[in-house]
Amino acid sequence: MSTATAEKLTGAAAPARFWDRQRRLGVGVLAIGLVAAVLFGVLAPSQDARFTLSEDAEGAALTINGQLGAILFGVLALAAGAVLFAGLARRFQTGVLSLGILAFVLSFLCWQVAGKFLPLVDTASGTLELAVPLILGALAGVLGERSGVVNVAIEGQFLMGAFGAALVGTMATSVWAGVLSAAVGGVLIAGILAVLAIRYLVDQVVVGIVLNLLALGVTGFLYERLMQPDAPAYNQPPKMPEWRIPGLADIPVVGPVLFDTNALVWLALLLVVGIHFGLTRTRWGLRTRAVGEHPTAADTVGVRVRGLRYLNVLAGGVIAGAGGAYFTLVATGSFNKNMTSGAGFIALAALIFGRWTPFGALGAALFFGFAQKLATYLSAVGSPVPSQFLNMLPYLATIVAVAGLVGRVRAPAADGQPYIKS
Amino acid sequence: MTTDGPAGPPKTADEGAADAPAVEKKPAPQQPAQEDSFLSHFLHNLWAANTVTVTVLSIVLAMLIGAILIIVSDPDVLSTFGYFTARPADALNASWTVVSNAYADLFKGAILDPATITAAADGTGTWRQVFFPISETLTYAAPLVFTGLSVALAFRGGLFNIGGQGQAVVGTITAAAAGFLLPLPPVVHLIAALLAGLLGGALWGFVPGILKARTGAHEVIVTIMLNYTANLFLGWLILQKGVQQPGRSDAISKTVDGSAQLPSFGGELRANLGIVLAVLATAGVAWLLNRAAFGFELRAVGANPAAARTAGISVAKTYTLLMVTAGALAGLGGATQVLGTAHALTPQVAGNIGFDGLLVALLGRNKPWGTLLAAILFGALRAGGNRMQSFSGISLELVTVLQALIVIFIAAPALVKAIFHLRAARSARLGASMAKGW
Repeated sequence: MSTATAEKLTGAAAPARFWDRQRRLGVGVLAIGLVAAVLFGVLAPSQDARFTLSEDAEGAALTINGQLGAILFGVLALAAGAVLFAGLARRFQTGVLSLGILAFVLSFLCWQVAGKFLPLVDTASGTLELAVPLILGALAGVLGERSGVVNVAIEGQFLMGAFGAALVGTMATSVWAGVLSAAVGGVLIAGILAVLAIRYLVDQVVVGIVLNLLALGVTGFLYERLMQPDAPAYNQPPKMPEWRIPGLADIPVVGPVLFDTNALVWLALLLVVGIHFGLTRTRWGLRTRAVGEHPTAADTVGVRVRGLRYLNVLAGGVIAGAGGAYFTLVATGSFNKNMTSGAGFIALAALIFGRWTPFGALGAALFFGFAQKLATYLSAVGSPVPSQFLNMLPYLATIVAVAGLVGRVRAPAADGQPYIKS
Repeated sequence: MTTDGPAGPPKTADEGAADAPAVEKKPAPQQPAQEDSFLSHFLHNLWAANTVTVTVLSIVLAMLIGAILIIVSDPDVLSTFGYFTARPADALNASWTVVSNAYADLFKGAILDPATITAAADGTGTWRQVFFPISETLTYAAPLVFTGLSVALAFRGGLFNIGGQGQAVVGTITAAAAGFLLPLPPVVHLIAALLAGLLGGALWGFVPGILKARTGAHEVIVTIMLNYTANLFLGWLILQKGVQQPGRSDAISKTVDGSAQLPSFGGELRANLGIVLAVLATAGVAWLLNRAAFGFELRAVGANPAAARTAGISVAKTYTLLMVTAGALAGLGGATQVLGTAHALTPQVAGNIGFDGLLVALLGRNKPWGTLLAAILFGALRAGGNRMQSFSGISLELVTVLQALIVIFIAAPALVKAIFHLRAARSARLGASMAKGW
């Protein structure tokens, strides 16, 4: 059932009214601005907050008095909220909203960092590193769901990818063989999902959830039978090398983050651009979107609905599997039971929060990655804000997004509905 | 499944999983086939794609694939396949030994170990040891019954409650908190703790319910997100002063007072009052679905929301109330877990009971008594898996694989039908359980 029909059924029809989206957004931003200016402002100690442009406390830094910064950025958020509420920025709504949220985050940072320092390069690269698997997983979801196949098995694809990368990477002592078999692992899960969902018309959410458990069981079983008894033979894959592009890597902050890193980061970013271009500018993209929105119409004009869905879901499996390789070949260096621990569902959240678009998914993944990185930073400096609550942020943000409290997200119309050719 | 019959909502009106009646009930509604003997009729239907046959064959298929996994992951057995063409008997014998030992241990750990009977008979063992496997099975089954019922009930109302895990986690939190915070006399304390678990789960179910009703937010997305939120909250709460076990630095809460623990047989027999409550809950849900006005409304909404609305049923109210009820059931599952066996909160206290509940509901075809049977099967697999792990050295994860495979085959009856060349059952509807997206 699409959200539109549910809305009709539950009688939430919305004629033009005073409390339109803009005003509600304005009130929301005003509220967080007030929290920032008053609460953070009062709590923040009046000490310098240093944002260093390096990986540690050394070197040049942006410095601001913590209390002053917290209040200043809080007031900025309030101003953004007021502009939204007054309806002065109808054309730049997204920009003003982003400004308000950014000001809120900066105010929070000023409070937390006051008297300490936050290394910007480390934060940025950490954010990107945490975001890469999320980006890849969400892109896999974009491919499947834009063509009408719901993919909640991203977690399972991650696990199989991570496992395959560790196993084959170790046995072949080659990173690239690992990446390749990670893709194969992802395709295995995607293949089962595709056959059951497209050929056997099983409910796609059901299959996805069950496949997650299957992947968890299979990888856990083989881990205990093979990897645990003999880790050097099966579970010590080589780590992915970091490549440094001379020249570009010397740009402050951006350079070390983007141009002194591993191939999967570039792959993820290139895929975002590639899939965006593909979806909006190519014949394949037009057909994919048509199949996802109205398969019968697409079929009428000669598009092979099922074939296209198979193709997209399997391609998604390759991408999500590569995302899984990130966990073993880049992040930790060995496989462990249930090591993805819900990352697949954060990727799903990024997909939904990013409105089923590649760039939206990128933004959401970066936002979620930043929240996770901040959580580890805060628990490292002993902040009173518990890291668990920051880790909840992706999930809560997604609930807010689907509930339409801040602009509703809408899934492709035929997402999750099997196509039965009549 | 049998008690579902007499109350008699028309089977065809049911939305959801294929509603094939069981083999044994077949002859009754079919008057023209009266001249056939019961036996020939039975044999005819045996190889048709009805619920029972598909279920049994799904279990067989899953165990076959499990056997392959056992063989492939055993280096010693695998090496005998290296000279398979020269001496095939070696490989086959080795494979048979490792697989049959594993599955024999699975059976002995879940139902009955013949060795304990002889031991008890000649006085070297106790009768308690004979009942130990059954006790373990029922212990693991009890929480699954509750979470399974939660998912099954929501299914019947057209909602997919993936949030059983989160609701169970919140249920463990509130039940345990009531268990070690409230100073109450024995029986009252247990009831209060169970109620606390129920309310906690209901609260966690209320959120997706009200969001679905008010804004149309898809319950699958909201409940997935709430699962992880609940887990993170539990992880934070355990480490707080007043909750954490004094003198411990790791993540474990205080122990639930003895007066709030579910009474068990004592000793090694861990089976407790939870399984009795689970059977009562099953009866309650069966009554709710078949006899209560709300049950009728939720089935109507599940079958066709637009028609239900036209008929004057408030869809929004039904969705909210349904999710609250489903959440309450899952919360009770969490309470059973923490008050019955765990006795203290840990980050993994709820294990995987929410997601397993989902599988149980699918296996039970979203019927209350079917769910109960499915939960007992899953409990048996889990109990047997423990023995298989310690005796045959086969990881407990194999049980997860078996459970997932069984449900995959159950969910795709057309697949099983194709593999075994089953005849199409006359009244069985094969196909998607409830295919709809978000």
